[in-house]
Amino acid sequence: MGSRVLPEPVERLIEEFSRLPGIGPKTASRLAFFLLRAPKDQAAQLAEALQQLRERITFCEICYNISETSPCPVCADDTRDHGLICVVEEPLDVVAVERTREFHGVYHVLHGVISPVDGVGPEDLKIEPLLERIRQGGVREVIVATNPNMEGEATAMYLARLLAPLGVRATRLARGLPMGSDLEYADEITLLRALEGRREI
Amino acid sequence: MTQERQYRTEAVVLKRSDFGEADRILTLYTPERGKVRVLAKGIRRITSRKAGHLEVFVRSRLLVHGDRDLDIVAQAESVETYRSLREDLRRAACAYFAAELLDGFTGEEEGQAAVYDLLVETLRRLSAVRDLWLATHYFEMRLLGLLGYRPELFFCVRCRAPLKPEGNVLDPAAGGLVCPRCAGDDPNLPTVSPQAFEVLRFLQTRPYEVCATLSLTNRIRREVENLLEGYDVYLMERRLKSAAFLRDLRRHWQTLDAQTPESGT
Repeated sequence: MGSRVLPEPVERLIEEFSRLPGIGPKTASRLAFFLLRAPKDQAAQLAEALQQLRERITFCEICYNISETSPCPVCADDTRDHGLICVVEEPLDVVAVERTREFHGVYHVLHGVISPVDGVGPEDLKIEPLLERIRQGGVREVIVATNPNMEGEATAMYLARLLAPLGVRATRLARGLPMGSDLEYADEITLLRALEGRREI
Repeated sequence: MTQERQYRTEAVVLKRSDFGEADRILTLYTPERGKVRVLAKGIRRITSRKAGHLEVFVRSRLLVHGDRDLDIVAQAESVETYRSLREDLRRAACAYFAAELLDGFTGEEEGQAAVYDLLVETLRRLSAVRDLWLATHYFEMRLLGLLGYRPELFFCVRCRAPLKPEGNVLDPAAGGLVCPRCAGDDPNLPTVSPQAFEVLRFLQTRPYEVCATLSLTNRIRREVENLLEGYDVYLMERRLKSAAFLRDLRRHWQTLDAQTPESGT
C-alpha cells in the first residue's frame, strides 16, 4: 500500500463523481479539481442544488411525473383535458411533448419500458396505477407515446391488450419520417409506416 | 498497429444499451467474428440515418471502423427487419429469449457461420410461423449443439448404455440423460417422460420441418421447456430473464384471450 497522494475529501469527491453515468476516473478528477479552484460559492451552490434535488422532488400521485407538489401542476390544472392521457416512458418525455404546446391533455409516466433482456417486466412499471386511473372513469383516450423502438413497441402492444377491455380509445403516436432527414437513408420499417400513414396534401 | 482498421460484415443486433449523450453500444452477432460489441454514434438522435438499421433483431450489412477500444459503426443498411416481431408481443418475447440464450452462451470468441444462419432462420420463423414454441425451442436445442453443449440423449451419461424411453432423468451437471438403473431414486433430478424423451431427440436430430409434424400437447411443451431451461440455467449459472417474461405473458394472455380473439399469423 502506497501512502495517500491526494487528501481524503478530494479522493472522496472523485469517487462520487465517477459513479455518475458517462464519467470515468479522468473526468471525475478534472471536475473535482475544477471545483477545488472555483469560487467558494460555486461549490456551495452545487451542494445546495444536489440536496434540494432529493429533498424537494417527489412523484405526482396521479401521473407519477417528478414534481415539487403532488398532484403535479399539470394534474392540478383544471383547464387541461383530463379525459386524454399521454403515456410516456420518462419524465423527460413529458418535457418533449410539452414543447410542442399543442397537447392539452394530461400525462402518465411509466418510469421505464418492458425490456426482457434487462429483466424489466410490466410489474416494474407504473402500469397498474394507469389502469386504476382509467377504471375510475372519465378517460376517453390514451395516447401511447413510448419510443418507436423494440422495447417501446413491446410496451405499447402490452398496454394495448390491457386497455382493450376497459373501453377507452387507445392510440399510438404516428411513426414516419423525421423532419430534416433524407429518404434514401430511411430504413424499411420507417418507410413502410410512413407509406401506411400517408396524408392528403 | 496490427489491428484491422476497417471491415465489412453482416450482423444481427442482439441487444443495446445507451451510452453518452446520443450513442449506443450494440451487441451484435456476426457470421465471421461471433459476438462483437460496437459503438454506434448518434443513433438516438431522431434524424440518425443509422438508427432504424441498427434496431434490436434487425439483420444489417455494416461497415465498421476499428478503434482502440470499441469499434465504431460507420455505415448500416438493413437486409431483413422481421417486421411482425415488432407487431406481436408474443413473437417479440420469443425473439428476446433466443437473443438472451445466444448472448449468454457465447463469449467474445470467433464466430460460427452456422450459428449466425440458425439465428437468421429462427428470426424468420418467429416472424412468420404459428407455432412459436417449436421455433423457439428448436433454436435452443440446436444452439446448444453448435456451441458444444449438446445434451446426450442417446446413451446414459454414467454407464454409456443405450437409453430406452422410460424412466430416464436429466442431469445437467453430467451433460445429459441418466438411465433408470444409474439414477436410482435421486429426487433432485427431473424425470423425463417417454414423450418428452422423443421430442427432445427430435429437436436435436431432425430438421425443423420434421419436428413440425410432431403433435405436441401443452403438457409435453411445458415439460420439454422446463427440462431445457434447467439445462441452460445450469450451464449459464444464472436465471433466464426473458423466460420469466415469456411465462408471465402466457399466463396473462390466457386470461385476456378469453375476451379477445387470437391475433392471426
